[in-house]
Amino acid sequence: MAKRTALYEEHLKLKGKMVEFGGWDMPVQYSGLADEHETCRTKVGLFDVSHMGEVRVRGRDALAFLNGLVTNNVEKIKDGQAQYTVMCYENGGCVDDLIIHRFGPEDYFICVNASNTDKDYEWIKNHSPKGVSVENVSGEYTQIAVQGRHAQEVLQKLTDTPLADIKYYWFRQGKVLGKDAVIARTGYTGEDGFEIYVPWHAGPAAWSALLDEGQKFGIKACGLGARDTLRTEMKYPLYGHEIDKDNNPLEAGLGWVTKLDKPDFIGKKALVSLKEAGLKRALVGLKSRGKAIPRQGYVVESDGKAVGIVTSGTMSPSLRVGIAIAYVERPLSEMGANLDVVVRDQRVPHEIVETPFYKRPY
Amino acid sequence: MEFPSGLLYTKDHEWAQAGGDDTVTVGITDHAQEALGEVVYVELPKVGRALKEHETFGVVESIKAVSDLYAPVAGTVVAVNDAVAGDPSLVNRSAYKDGWIMRIKLADKKALESLMDAGKYKAYVETLK
Repeated sequence: MAKRTALYEEHLKLKGKMVEFGGWDMPVQYSGLADEHETCRTKVGLFDVSHMGEVRVRGRDALAFLNGLVTNNVEKIKDGQAQYTVMCYENGGCVDDLIIHRFGPEDYFICVNASNTDKDYEWIKNHSPKGVSVENVSGEYTQIAVQGRHAQEVLQKLTDTPLADIKYYWFRQGKVLGKDAVIARTGYTGEDGFEIYVPWHAGPAAWSALLDEGQKFGIKACGLGARDTLRTEMKYPLYGHEIDKDNNPLEAGLGWVTKLDKPDFIGKKALVSLKEAGLKRALVGLKSRGKAIPRQGYVVESDGKAVGIVTSGTMSPSLRVGIAIAYVERPLSEMGANLDVVVRDQRVPHEIVETPFYKRPY
Repeated sequence: MEFPSGLLYTKDHEWAQAGGDDTVTVGITDHAQEALGEVVYVELPKVGRALKEHETFGVVESIKAVSDLYAPVAGTVVAVNDAVAGDPSLVNRSAYKDGWIMRIKLADKKALESLMDAGKYKAYVETLK
């Protein structure tokens, strides 16, 4: 049976349509996907993301250990700063993508994908040296994302922590409604906003208060459906789509978090070899020139020859046109190039466009 | 949710309305459009195409999902509703009327007998909840 977050009853009250995702019973939508998407883009949206896992890594050698485990340079972040990174297998494939929060020089709080929580925890634990403790603390937190241009005003009502002082990809350990909370200026929507981690049982009160305080800004609860279309418009990768064990961060466009010049980390050797041999594919953004909508798994063609595959595709609620994220052969990945996506038995013309597909106007 | 009497229904949530001339108009039910959410794309069959019973003849898509359309009975496509291709939201707003999808000429009139009436379909939808 699928697990339930602390906000399960709240979702039912809001008439959320529940589906299983990553082993969790989650709301895919409430008022309607397009409406929720637009509310987040133009006002403010509230997301239950408690299905995401959290792993705490502590100890004197925690920093060196983590730096040998992930692609980004963990030494670059300071106390109170967060970092997006990838964790690779020896062959360069992705175990997962993560956000590492530095609580202190010997204390790190890592947010991982829901469906990968156990796998990631095992991976981290199994590689940890003596003197470094690795704890799966996923069950201790309700994670809520408040996203949109009014996110700060809404969340500020629940906390004394001066939110304006928190920069993008920084966080504070403060209080939300008097309970200990990690308040991070991060998100998965392309909007300004926060992700907060509060004690599991404090979740419903925080959720309700955010809905109440957000009312005058037009806040709405948003489901996983909107979360996915919002992130697709930003070309943010999602494990199981753009990245997985068979895809490496370099071809996934995550070279910016893959520091091949730092000391050894798992997968570095393979990634260096891949790069030296020349990357085969690139992850591009495609925009449909037709009406048909590209979807995950559809083949990308050039002159009738298969040259790639769609990893995520949807009708873009913001642009009202079909958009896709796709791996294509690198020589064909130039901006403006025309490629076809095979939708059932038809070739639908698409163009490689700049990403993100959507840029916020503020 | 509406279940108009006078229409016939399938387990795939299509409706069929018999005309007077061996033709049947086909669309998706209110339950289907509600489950799909906002319809953003409809792929229509070509006029003249011969369809077997239960053959896939097109798709309706919401922002997130693709659903196949199945022929309720065998027949030949004699008309399609170009209006829904231009404005797919018609399927949401008027599932049983302006949101019709195609009209087929029946291969065998008796085939309609195998479809559900409104009462049976309503009871069927209840079992899905």
